[in-house]
Amino acid sequence: MSGFDIGGMRLIEIALLVAAWSVGLSMLMAVWRLLRGPTVPDRILALDTLNTTAIAALVLLGMYLRTAVYFEAALVIAMLGFVSTVVLSKYVIRRDIVE
Amino acid sequence: MSPTMEIVFEILLSALLLIGSFFVLVGAYSLVRLPDFFRRLHGPTKASTLGVGCLLAASIGFHAFVGSDPQPRELLITVFLFITAPIGAHLMAKAALSLRVDTRPDLPTAADDDAGTDVSDVPPRPDARDIAEVRDA
Repeated sequence: MSGFDIGGMRLIEIALLVAAWSVGLSMLMAVWRLLRGPTVPDRILALDTLNTTAIAALVLLGMYLRTAVYFEAALVIAMLGFVSTVVLSKYVIRRDIVE
Repeated sequence: MSPTMEIVFEILLSALLLIGSFFVLVGAYSLVRLPDFFRRLHGPTKASTLGVGCLLAASIGFHAFVGSDPQPRELLITVFLFITAPIGAHLMAKAALSLRVDTRPDLPTAADDDAGTDVSDVPPRPDARDIAEVRDA
């Protein structure tokens, strides 16, 4: 990989850092909504957003370290996140998970 | 790959990364700023999913470019997210509907407490007039 330098840093490194900062800020905003509420579906939605942004953060970490080992972790987080969203919503709707 | 090609590819990947992180940020910001649940539901389930899709596409290109992972395995996560995001949003909307979130009064704020006014949005009981008649009689 040759370089495309801006002020001593590679363009793609700068883009990676900007993306990582915005994803971290998004996670903080989701945590704020998780703590604030005010209703239960709001908290479920905040947890779902945290799952999605955690996938983004793991993918960015893998790009930053130039390794592909974080792919499996991201896939597991995606699957568990979907299941947890469904189960929490189901519990709110029916007050029962396994019927 | 020629150096010009590499630079074009790098600019393309950086643009994908910036667009993706912008959409993730917009989704989370709408989660904080919008006034009620059914409006908040739109941001994370649509904008954030699209943003993460862009980031995963950038990751596929980056790993192919660097040579650390030749197979586009991130497509699995992208497809899975794009299938499951509407299902999750639908279930969360049903959960909110079953709780009747939209008809609930707002929580009292500190300003309301200071003013000492009655901020209750609870409608009067249907038999309030009967109770008053019995009490006055």
